[in-house]
Amino acid sequence: MAIDVRRSGLGRATETVGRRFVAGVEDFGYGAALLAESLAWIMLGRWLNQRVRPQAIGEEMMNIGVRAIPVVAVLAFANGAMMAMQGIYTLREFGAESRVVAGIAISVVREFGVLIAGIVVAARSGSAIAARIGTMQIAQEIDALRVMGISPVRYLVAPILVAMLIMMPLLTVLSNSLAILGGGAISVMELHISPDAYLGRALAAVGIQDLVQGLSKSLVFGVLVTLVATSNGFNAAGGAEGLGRATTRSVVLSISAIVVADMIFTFFLSR
Amino acid sequence: MSGSAEAVFAPVVEVQDLVVHYGNQRVLDGVSLSVQQGEIMVIMGGSGSGKSTLLRYLLGLQRPDSGTIRMFGKDIAALNAGEWRALRRKMGVSFQGGALFSSMTVGDNVCLPLREHTHLDEQTIRIMSRMKLEVVNLAGFEHLMPAQLSGGMLKRAALARAIVMDPSVLFFDEPSAGLDPVVAAELDRLILRIRDALRVSIVVVTHELESAFAIADRITVLDRGRILMVGSVEEVKNSENQRVRNLLTRTSEEQPVDVEDYLCRLTRGVR
Repeated sequence: MAIDVRRSGLGRATETVGRRFVAGVEDFGYGAALLAESLAWIMLGRWLNQRVRPQAIGEEMMNIGVRAIPVVAVLAFANGAMMAMQGIYTLREFGAESRVVAGIAISVVREFGVLIAGIVVAARSGSAIAARIGTMQIAQEIDALRVMGISPVRYLVAPILVAMLIMMPLLTVLSNSLAILGGGAISVMELHISPDAYLGRALAAVGIQDLVQGLSKSLVFGVLVTLVATSNGFNAAGGAEGLGRATTRSVVLSISAIVVADMIFTFFLSR
Repeated sequence: MSGSAEAVFAPVVEVQDLVVHYGNQRVLDGVSLSVQQGEIMVIMGGSGSGKSTLLRYLLGLQRPDSGTIRMFGKDIAALNAGEWRALRRKMGVSFQGGALFSSMTVGDNVCLPLREHTHLDEQTIRIMSRMKLEVVNLAGFEHLMPAQLSGGMLKRAALARAIVMDPSVLFFDEPSAGLDPVVAAELDRLILRIRDALRVSIVVVTHELESAFAIADRITVLDRGRILMVGSVEEVKNSENQRVRNLLTRTSEEQPVDVEDYLCRLTRGVR
């Protein structure tokens, strides 16, 4: 009997792991299909007379990008300032605090600028998109679109994807600039260098490939947030509680996806 | 009426041997029915009878496990994307909760199919949508948001959206659910009027006996995934079938108690 219990316990655990894994693969496949279909609509929609609405793209750009500017600006500035403080404090021990400017510039442009933009967008839009599409799913509005012959992917997902691909790089540039500015505020005070000298050193440290690395990441993050948020919205079920679950899941998963994707990216690009 | 119609026209909707499983449970079991041109077919059954599931398959929102569904003589499983879109334009659907897009005004909701599927200019679209709103007695309400409408108005607005493309077949999911008797009767009259004005075939899924008897040309009685009978209002009212009688007299069915089975259910999974 005891053996039976243990085996069934282990069996159950294995089964759970297996099911989770299959569900994960399914999610991944669903996301990939969503991406392929959105891209198809974006590129072929006009030709098929089923275009992605420019007005919807504009609205999404406003929601995803423009309204995120204040938060991105504040977080990026604060983050840049913190990096300067920590950098100066740490490097002072080695008498290398003057190197802090190059350090800030490179790590911001390659890494933290885009990460801040990505996390802000994931938190703001990841939840909003999942909640909006989830509500539509539960109220049968998605079904209504489908029976009207309007593809929900074209109507709802494609505009978000386009808006993300446009706004994420722009937010990243903004985030980069403000983080460097934040770092500058501290450096100018602590290192007693002129703002001009700071800016000159910072810009000299950053190469074009650093900028490209940051901006290409921003596109990947935009795609990830779009897919995670919309797929969680479409799969929402079970009333208010289910909607809440979908929203939470969307935010957690999109931030996790961003950070993990960032790590993988950095691993390959920094070699 | 249906006799002569059958000879001339192919059925608008034809279902043959539809079988659907949810997990291990057989939700629809060999359902066959046909809807003739200009006919109002009411699919009636208690909750859990599979009538809502049947509607989802008729609308092409799900693919059947086995069996065929033909719309206007074409097997819907064999349609390509373009044919689907063409078919969707000939179908109008009024969902149970209306499923109006909550982010748009009533007017924009009604205009949406025209905007997406036609090249008409804005003026014409406005006028056409107002015409349909007139039909459902909602003229002058087009600037309101769906959240500002009462239950009956929501259903009528959804109906206006469903008929805006002048469909050949209309589907209703529980038209009178959640409405008071007066408003429900008004909606029944509206359905009859629309059938006469637009000469459409109408499929209504409902559990409301009164509404079914008021509007139906023929009634399909569905019970536990099987069709109990198909017939005119009189035939259904006079049916000798015990299950049909139970449905009509609103008595719940006595389940014969099988002691063995009962104990089995109680002790399942318990060691």
